[in-house]
Amino acid sequence: MTEEPDNRDRRGFLQCMTWAGAAAVWSIAGGIPTSRIVGRAEAAETKGFTFAQVSDSHLGFDKPVNTDVTGTFQEALRKVVAQPQKPSFLIHTGDITHLSKPKEFDDGAQLLKSTGLQVYTVPGEHDVLEENRKSYLNRYGKGTKGDGWYSFDTHGVHFIGLVNVIDLQGAGLGTLGKPQLDWLAKDVAGLSASTPIVVFAHVPLWIAYQDWGWGTADGAMALTHLKKFGSVTVLNGHIHQVMQKIEGHVAFHSARSTAFPQGVPGVAKGPGPMPVAAGTLKDYLGIRRVTLVTNNAPLAVVDTPLAG
Amino acid sequence: MSAVANPHLWTRRALSTLLLGVLPLGARGETGKVAVHIDNFAFSPAELKIQKGTEVTWTNNDDIPHTVLFIKTGVRSKTMDTDASFSYKFDKIGTFDYICGLHPHMKGKAIVTE
Repeated sequence: MTEEPDNRDRRGFLQCMTWAGAAAVWSIAGGIPTSRIVGRAEAAETKGFTFAQVSDSHLGFDKPVNTDVTGTFQEALRKVVAQPQKPSFLIHTGDITHLSKPKEFDDGAQLLKSTGLQVYTVPGEHDVLEENRKSYLNRYGKGTKGDGWYSFDTHGVHFIGLVNVIDLQGAGLGTLGKPQLDWLAKDVAGLSASTPIVVFAHVPLWIAYQDWGWGTADGAMALTHLKKFGSVTVLNGHIHQVMQKIEGHVAFHSARSTAFPQGVPGVAKGPGPMPVAAGTLKDYLGIRRVTLVTNNAPLAVVDTPLAG
Repeated sequence: MSAVANPHLWTRRALSTLLLGVLPLGARGETGKVAVHIDNFAFSPAELKIQKGTEVTWTNNDDIPHTVLFIKTGVRSKTMDTDASFSYKFDKIGTFDYICGLHPHMKGKAIVTE
């Protein structure tokens, strides 16, 4: 296929996007995070509290680019559980299902449960295709506000799950909306500025690629509410590839899908599933592990391809 | 809509010739049943000129589901998986802008005349 990038170019691109066995370690000193790329072995030595992120499992998708999304999701979850240091919990950053069908949600719940881990989710646009969004909210909406947003505290870190996939319109980007932004402002009002913040949402909170709607129109407003914090880490899915960016004290990461890769902006014609050479699919799929070291406080973000 | 450069003028002329050749009533817009295809995250054709009473059918040729959502009226299709279709009959004149509710950067327009 013409959409498959040339290998040599891809390697150059991947290097700067820190994929494929590389990891970014966040060291936070005096409230300013800096990142460095490290090999997987070094990252694996990191000690501390860890959690894992999976994304975009698209259960129900059955097109040629990956006819076994259940299998690849299962494999991703097996890798999560098999980490040398078992993660404290698992975050799924949305598009659990492909078409919001009850069976897809059932399969997803069963697979997530099989990890034995506490699971936190936010919906992707594929999880809220029904008018009333009931299938998602019945399963994952308990104890959440609005369309499913919430926060929780663990190990001294404040986690915030945001919903930016409802009523996508006009500008072509995800939106959070005023009620959610107001809630966010109140939610963090009482926290000290030294509290590490981890925000997770489906669509990138920053504008990753406007032409394809890869961004959140009012994402900057959310970040305004988080300005006082020295360490903010934002985890997203949606774009089915790793992109990382640091802006001031905020580190943005988007995760791979466990189902299929999507086109690379500027290379592919559109954002649809990207066909890859036979046998290489798992190089493009993966999981992510995040470590918080309480003593010297770096957040280490490690992306692991399924094939690794 | 003025043609400022020769290639544009050429394209416009070629298109007009083409449309006139295919549609004797090209100036009044198409009528009857009209098809719009969704390929690679785009509506094709993205702009329709049709007469009142025309039924338009959108068909999704992508591997990813799409919808048709009319911005002003709020009329929306069910989610169309691969190869699924949605039909809508335009009974009123006007300009109807629509997007894909899942990928709002996908934009289309139907201009409906008498």
